[in-house]
Amino acid sequence: MELTPDTHIVLTLGDIQLNATIINTWIVMAVLVGVSWLVTRRLRPDVPPGRWRSALEVMVELIQGQIHAVTRTAVRQVMIFSGTLFLFIAAANLMAVIPGFRSPMGSLSTTVALTLAVLLAVPAFGIMHGGVRHYLARLAQPSIIVLPFNLIGELSKGVSLSIRLYGNVMSGAVIAAILLGIAPFFFPVVMDLFSLLVGVIQAYIFAILAAVYISSVMADASPEASPQDTP
Amino acid sequence: MTELTLVALISILTAGLTVAIGSFGAALGEGRAAAAAMAAIAQQPDAAPTLSRTLFVSLAMVESSGIYCFVVALILIFANPFWDAVRSAAGG
Repeated sequence: MELTPDTHIVLTLGDIQLNATIINTWIVMAVLVGVSWLVTRRLRPDVPPGRWRSALEVMVELIQGQIHAVTRTAVRQVMIFSGTLFLFIAAANLMAVIPGFRSPMGSLSTTVALTLAVLLAVPAFGIMHGGVRHYLARLAQPSIIVLPFNLIGELSKGVSLSIRLYGNVMSGAVIAAILLGIAPFFFPVVMDLFSLLVGVIQAYIFAILAAVYISSVMADASPEASPQDTP
Repeated sequence: MTELTLVALISILTAGLTVAIGSFGAALGEGRAAAAAMAAIAQQPDAAPTLSRTLFVSLAMVESSGIYCFVVALILIFANPFWDAVRSAAGG
């Protein structure tokens, strides 16, 4: 049995072998970009919003509200970054209802790539917020002795983020495949329904945790924002 | 008992034990978290959206340890690296 879609080679172009993970990621990207482009193609203030545009606006408002509720200091860039993560993961997990489509989140390489983006975004937003010195000083916050532990903490955040998403999505697919061999009529449908719910919840958690990690390095007042008001 | 049988035996036993012990802790923790959230919602129904959002996030974080155990068990059964090594060493 295939645990991940990595081993399933779809297309071979010369020396390059494209597996199902890459192809499915491209399909998800194409669907997201295509739908967004089609809906916002004629975006003018005098045209009344149609059905699709209203749906997109509801989604954006929802993401905005959730991220503002979780992180008080959220700026627009954080909302865009973690909203994109949510839309990508949720779309990939929801498209698993299409027969033959396996969610690319069931492969460890996809989730590690997304986690690397988060781990790079955390120092980037921290430096953007208060400068390099401010961010580096945060890492050695109580004293210089805890610096290695803070670094290990950053790394373990990444490991837990990636393995959580991979494990949840992959286990849903594997359980459905095992049940297909045991009780092939009714139970796989129920488990597929459950794994759709799990997929959306995991997308939500990934995006929220990314926003929380980013806003934790932007939580305190930056040296530019509050100049010497403490004695 | 050949080496191949030994590897299979230990892998299957360990996979079962991993899921059993790992899911035990995660289920206990999730149950406690859900019970606390239920009690809080019963006391303050107005705060239900905030409570359920926090509950979902914390449930997922608690559940991830159980998921790690499940991933290890699946790797032991379906993608065991020692199985292939022993089989190729045995010339099979």
